[in-house]
Amino acid sequence: MIPDFLVHEAVDGVGVVVVEGLKANQEITGWIMKEDDTITIKILSDIPIGHKVALKDFAEGDTVIKYNTDIGKVVAPIKKGDHLHVHNVKTKRW
Amino acid sequence: METKFLGYRRENGRVGVRNHVVILPLDDLSNSACEAVANNVKGTLALPHAYGRLQFGADLDLHFRTLIGAGSNPNVAAVIVIGIEPQWTNKIVEGIAETGKPVMGFSIEKNGDYNTICAASKKAKEFMHIASEYPRTKCDVSELWIATKCGESDTTSGIATNPTVGNAYDKLYDKGNTLLFGETTELTGGEHLVLERCANDEVRKDFQFYFDRYAKLVDDNKTNDLSDSQPTKGNIEGGLTTIEEKALGNIQKIGTKAPVVGCLEKAFAPTGPGLWFQDSSSAAAEQVTLCAASGFVIHFFPTGQGNIIGNPILPVIKLCSNPRTLRTMAEHFDVDVSGLLRRDMNLDEAGDKLLEMMIRTANGRLTSAEVLGHREFIMTKLYESA
Repeated sequence: MIPDFLVHEAVDGVGVVVVEGLKANQEITGWIMKEDDTITIKILSDIPIGHKVALKDFAEGDTVIKYNTDIGKVVAPIKKGDHLHVHNVKTKRW
Repeated sequence: METKFLGYRRENGRVGVRNHVVILPLDDLSNSACEAVANNVKGTLALPHAYGRLQFGADLDLHFRTLIGAGSNPNVAAVIVIGIEPQWTNKIVEGIAETGKPVMGFSIEKNGDYNTICAASKKAKEFMHIASEYPRTKCDVSELWIATKCGESDTTSGIATNPTVGNAYDKLYDKGNTLLFGETTELTGGEHLVLERCANDEVRKDFQFYFDRYAKLVDDNKTNDLSDSQPTKGNIEGGLTTIEEKALGNIQKIGTKAPVVGCLEKAFAPTGPGLWFQDSSSAAAEQVTLCAASGFVIHFFPTGQGNIIGNPILPVIKLCSNPRTLRTMAEHFDVDVSGLLRRDMNLDEAGDKLLEMMIRTANGRLTSAEVLGHREFIMTKLYESA
């Protein structure tokens, strides 16, 4: 089956949408590559190809993990299924 | 995988995959004469650029090193150098002559453009005849020097396309190839992973030096959090959120096996096989030009949103996995690895597909960037001229 989104590792808090045209309230299927596992999640907004879906709730100040590594800090609350991007996550570097 | 290909073995023993006769300007004001010669002598390649006057110190050294390196690249059969005056022109000529390939310099002062163009065109014609009879001979694939950089990356780069390069790098490392990566600021957030891969403490110290030096440059000059530039607007449009996320995707290109055997200052050549880090800008044309100047003969360029860069000397193999980009910009790509996202291809197969294209490119297949005429030759400039 062709996955809607991919997750690098089960510890990651985000998945990457790899198909076009996903709409809010859709139930989508993802493949966790490292563990070779399948998960489903309901998305709360439209998410374009290449963009990330939150796989859990995040509070302001939380760290986002992808590649089992810190990719930045949450600057606005995020719900499981939300579009996670520059409007709610920022770099910790510069 | 094939172990042999038909390449150009140069006078110094290095192996190239192209056979250019280059018309190389020393400085910005000699571009016009070089382009005129290239127009007179069909099949030659002028490399116009923006610099070469009143540079000094490390910036001038880099300018010379880049020009000498580009002319010395094994993808180049012969070189005409044209400069405004003879002394710096001869410096470039002498540097390239160390490879043993045909090279001759011309200077414009006391001659004017017309006489210079006439004399240089006659010599360029001779060089074209020599180059056109330079034979392709059987060479070992392990003799190829391969460099990489990603551009206009998105999340599909980190999840599929860059790991494809990583898989190919792992296989080339096993064969004893010479490999390179760079993009210093674009390792920010994953620098600890590169440090873990360094072969010994000396390499680790060198990498930390280059990383810290670039970080200081960013700190000293930034006007905001640099998020307008790194990640780029294209990266953000493609779904990349932070520099850390971009860096962790970027680092997938170096695979999982090869230790980093050494770190290089810009436009210096490696001294042995294995995986090398070269300090560089993350701007595509600047980095690829430095790779050409360091003697690399093929470039792997994964992209997500569709960076269209090419290089006049170095064939740039473009690979992509983003189905929207592959559909909307099809003419720019050489290798489609979108099957990785659909799960109808695995990473090992993707790496093999790239290596097969590498060998076809080495045997003479023109890349998409070459056919489309992308010849971005961009010198890295360290600071203002005097």
